[in-house]
Amino acid sequence: MASFLNIRRIVDFAVLPLMNVAVALLISGLVVLFVGQNPLEAVGYLISGSLGSGEGIGFTLYFATSFLFTGLAVAVASHAGLFTIGAEGQAYLGGLGIALVCLSLDRFVPWYVTLVPAAAAGMLFGAAWAFIPAYLQAKRGSHLVITTIMFNFIASSIMIYVLVNLIKEPGSMAPQTRLFDKGGLVPKLGEILPVNIGTAPLNVSLFLAIAAAVFVWVLIWKTKLGFEIRSTGANPAAARNAGISYVKITIVCMLISGALAGLAGVNILMGDLGKLQLDFPAGIGLVGVAVALMGRGHPVGIAIASVLFGVLYQGGAEISFWMPNITRELIMLIQGLVILFAGALSLMFRKSVYSLVDLFRVSKPEV
Amino acid sequence: MQEFLSTVILLLSSTLRLSVPLILCGLAGLFSERSGLWDIGLEGKMLFAAFAAAAAAYQFDSAWVGLFFAILVAVLLSLIHGFASVTHQGNQIISGVAINFISSGLTVLLAVGWFAMGGRTPQLQPEARFPTVVLPFVEEMRSVPVIGPIYADLISGYNILLYVAFAAVPITWWVFQQTRFGLRLRAVGENPAAVDTAGISVDWLRYRALLCGAVLCGIAGAYLSVAQSAGFVREMSAGKGYMALAALIFAKWRPVPVLFACLLFGFLEALSIRFQAFDFGLGAALSTQIVQSLPYLLTVVLLAGFMGRAIPPKAGGIPYTKDR
Amino acid sequence: MQAEISSAKNVLELTGINKSFGSVVANKDVNLAVKAGSIHGIVGENGAGKSTLMSILYGFYQADTGAIRVDGREVGIPDSRAAIAHGIGMVHQHFKLVENFTVLENIILGAEEGAFLPSSRRKARLELQRLAKEYELQVDLEAITENLPVGVQQRVEILKALYRQARILILDEPTGVLTPSEADHLFRILRRLRDEGKSVILITHKLREIMDATDTVSVMRRGELIATAPTSSMTKESLAELMVGRRVLLRVDKSPSKPGEVVFDIRGLNVRDQRGVRMVKDVSFSVRAGEIVGIAGVAGNGQTELLEALAGNCVPESGTVLLNDAEIAADPFKRREAGVAHVPEDRHAIGLILSFPLRENASLGYHRRPEFGTSPMLKRSKLQQYAQAYISDYDIRPPNADLRTSLFSGGNQQKIVLAREIEHDPAVLLVGQPTRGVDIGAIEFIHRRLIELRDQNKAILLVSVELDEIRALSDRILVMFDGAIVGEASPDASERELGLLMAGIAEQDQGRG
Repeated sequence: MASFLNIRRIVDFAVLPLMNVAVALLISGLVVLFVGQNPLEAVGYLISGSLGSGEGIGFTLYFATSFLFTGLAVAVASHAGLFTIGAEGQAYLGGLGIALVCLSLDRFVPWYVTLVPAAAAGMLFGAAWAFIPAYLQAKRGSHLVITTIMFNFIASSIMIYVLVNLIKEPGSMAPQTRLFDKGGLVPKLGEILPVNIGTAPLNVSLFLAIAAAVFVWVLIWKTKLGFEIRSTGANPAAARNAGISYVKITIVCMLISGALAGLAGVNILMGDLGKLQLDFPAGIGLVGVAVALMGRGHPVGIAIASVLFGVLYQGGAEISFWMPNITRELIMLIQGLVILFAGALSLMFRKSVYSLVDLFRVSKPEV
Repeated sequence: MQEFLSTVILLLSSTLRLSVPLILCGLAGLFSERSGLWDIGLEGKMLFAAFAAAAAAYQFDSAWVGLFFAILVAVLLSLIHGFASVTHQGNQIISGVAINFISSGLTVLLAVGWFAMGGRTPQLQPEARFPTVVLPFVEEMRSVPVIGPIYADLISGYNILLYVAFAAVPITWWVFQQTRFGLRLRAVGENPAAVDTAGISVDWLRYRALLCGAVLCGIAGAYLSVAQSAGFVREMSAGKGYMALAALIFAKWRPVPVLFACLLFGFLEALSIRFQAFDFGLGAALSTQIVQSLPYLLTVVLLAGFMGRAIPPKAGGIPYTKDR
Repeated sequence: MQAEISSAKNVLELTGINKSFGSVVANKDVNLAVKAGSIHGIVGENGAGKSTLMSILYGFYQADTGAIRVDGREVGIPDSRAAIAHGIGMVHQHFKLVENFTVLENIILGAEEGAFLPSSRRKARLELQRLAKEYELQVDLEAITENLPVGVQQRVEILKALYRQARILILDEPTGVLTPSEADHLFRILRRLRDEGKSVILITHKLREIMDATDTVSVMRRGELIATAPTSSMTKESLAELMVGRRVLLRVDKSPSKPGEVVFDIRGLNVRDQRGVRMVKDVSFSVRAGEIVGIAGVAGNGQTELLEALAGNCVPESGTVLLNDAEIAADPFKRREAGVAHVPEDRHAIGLILSFPLRENASLGYHRRPEFGTSPMLKRSKLQQYAQAYISDYDIRPPNADLRTSLFSGGNQQKIVLAREIEHDPAVLLVGQPTRGVDIGAIEFIHRRLIELRDQNKAILLVSVELDEIRALSDRILVMFDGAIVGEASPDASERELGLLMAGIAEQDQGRG
């Protein structure tokens, strides 16, 4: 029986995600073929562009760092049975917190002094932005999916206002802050480690993201709070009977989720852009949904999925550079297909793979 | 006075134009959500339909062919949603999100692949767009004070799809209230078990609701690219599908209030466009952002139950199984 | 009357119906014949298979084997549409009404005349006027359904069936939500229907209703239909005996109890369920240290709600719960901390998280205690240690703390819950249906463990619909009927005495009944 369970675990955690990606890539390949391009050539650029050079790998991991933050944010909420689409807005607002700290400290202190309050401000702003939808879900039963979507739009309006009217660089036309001084920029990995990543913006935020992944793993599987979060997600009635408060778990989970999303700005603003600019998250919150689904909520799975999406983002850029008739939007398509297969149609694949596995087994599990 | 009237008429006619995709999408969402299926994918369906309409209208030099393909594409996307969330009882939200991604990606990919114009479709000639409908006696009426300009500039002079959108509201109301299909559709979103025990197939009913919504979404897409503009540009739906969703909630999932919610949101949009055009000095920018996010703020407040109560269809979001 | 019934034709025949859900047999070789123009009662305890049988008849489930005949012709009933077409109508226990529809809309749903509603409405209004007059079924057709009292909603369900020209009307536990006068009205309607030549199948566990309203009665027990007879040939007592069955007498070795101080004291408890129906009515009793108090009663008489309220899972309307003379708040965490442990009736729904490994379920609800770590961390080694101890002390099989809880048998799952709740040294143990769905071996073990706990001077409140279990374990028996405690008996009381109490026949109205 034990070996049987292991096979199902392997199916769940390895075979199904791989199948999802394979089907998504296959369909995307057909689309490429359909617009008269050679999909194999595209795959070549995808791989070589994202993994073929130090610089490519640097870009890939830079993207993956952002996705890891938002993927973890979505996953923490999902363990409590909450589906959030709000990571985008939380990351955006978190960026505001980070930028405010950077703009006030960057001329006076070195980066490692700025980093701590900046990250804290990012987490605080992100968590605050998650609090209202969380409270409304917990106390008033307002649908979290809808309120987080609405909050993404509201965040976008607020940020336009703030950027245009409050913290725009004087004399500049573009809605963005002044460039951070070097006290507001975290070092690129190439500057502190003996690695050659060329111009890639991969920076020390990578370690912050890995730390966040370890934190989420410890939180969910090693702490009492995590046990209560998982209990609430798996069976709210049994959790209630065990004395676990739904309101508390919902709000706490969403605060953690918002804080994680808020950290993504460290990577993008302090690691790459060096300023706060309009719409800097550019969809990372939604990629987080895909990454969390594909990684099945486990930090290791999310890390792997983040790298995979990093490959897609960087490789996709490479494809569109060499094959002008294929645009970066190919990534969006693959992303959508992964969400469709790993999320909405997961049962369909699982059922058929399980029955295929069962064909090779004589006995069924005892119940 | 004269100038004031013409300003008002300009603002209101801009409101009408901007409301059209909201109304069509809002009604589309009404069909699916009242049948118990959340429809986050409105945005993607409208976007893809807009692309299909522009591409086909260009190819065949006909707005009507464009409309046909817009509807066809919206139907196909709706079938994906149905396959995932009705047939396979998958998560309706995730399925909708997936559709939005697929549309965002595929439209640009296909546009670039086929037309190589950076994600646009070629500019449509006037013959390949929906022409302006001029109602009878416009010129004769124009000299009549007040009523004349209102008739000529506010009521007459839009393309046919705008009139279709406004006609769709009473038709939807009629379908919901006065037909067998409407009765069953309203029932299946509240209590699918009641429909099932009455001997009606829950799945087929939900598929039909999705198809009705798809037709409306298709028209909305065609309006964007073949009527309002002369071609497709990337992300041209620009969140209108989500705003329609907000309007639907704001209207508490009822057809006639959907019209008013969409008009309100369209008016706010028209207002914010005008605020940007004219500098009111201090605080103008603030007003723009407030006005732009007002639809979402209002919807959240409503959802929170601080302003009436928006009670969604009871069976919404829950896949139907016979198990008890 | 009698002669008329026996000469009437069978309008409905079920032969050799079998139905299993996985390994659970819900219906076993059931044969049933219903005569035209009769009211046919089906009685049985919870889980006896009555509802499954009716769901098969109404096309909700398909029988694994067996045949259904309507008017002597064999028919297949793949879905509700087919059932309706064969003249079968059903009033479900939980109404299948669209709450925000008008009564008229609910009635015509699925039975419309053509594609447009105005003509359907016109026709339905006329027809319903006739039906209302004929069967005393007056309802305001324009009223919104959810605003109507439940008794009227039930009338809507009956009208729905009649409007579809049902000749065989099934009612599943129809009086559960009705007041006595509403129930009387319902039975008048049913008799009217019978006199018009229709057949009524009445599913209930209330013996009085069977005796009052039916012509023929069938008794189901554990999936089997064990007897069918004219109601006039039966008494409540004989029905009760058939329903419960002469089971293998459970023998539990126990010494006489030595009750001490009152530990758990309940005063004037009233509880409403989610529908707002008062399910527990002014209940007061106390449990002493070192005794088992059993609450007997037919399922659905408020025991579930009582237990949930005592565990803190729902807030009672009024009343106090005292532990050692101190009031304790209605919160499951605070109750447990105070020393009230709870083995819930439905272990799958609220007792366990089936997707979790045994290790985690073995301490669910106690995980905040310092023995599992004083920091925010949850000590896995401690979880493992407790689980291993339970596995060996309670002989849980397979002895694997890492296994998903859903993969254990019912008996072993129950042992997990029991071990968890007993081994944290509670002052009071609330136990609901401790042996439901549990195999014989485990039953014996669980019973022994409860007696041991009593002898360790704990106060135990036992709720069970298994009368034998109550009698074998309890030191005092309280009988619950219709939300109230209607009597107290000693475990030596005769089955007849308890049966009368459980059937709601108090001493004073025995002469009348």
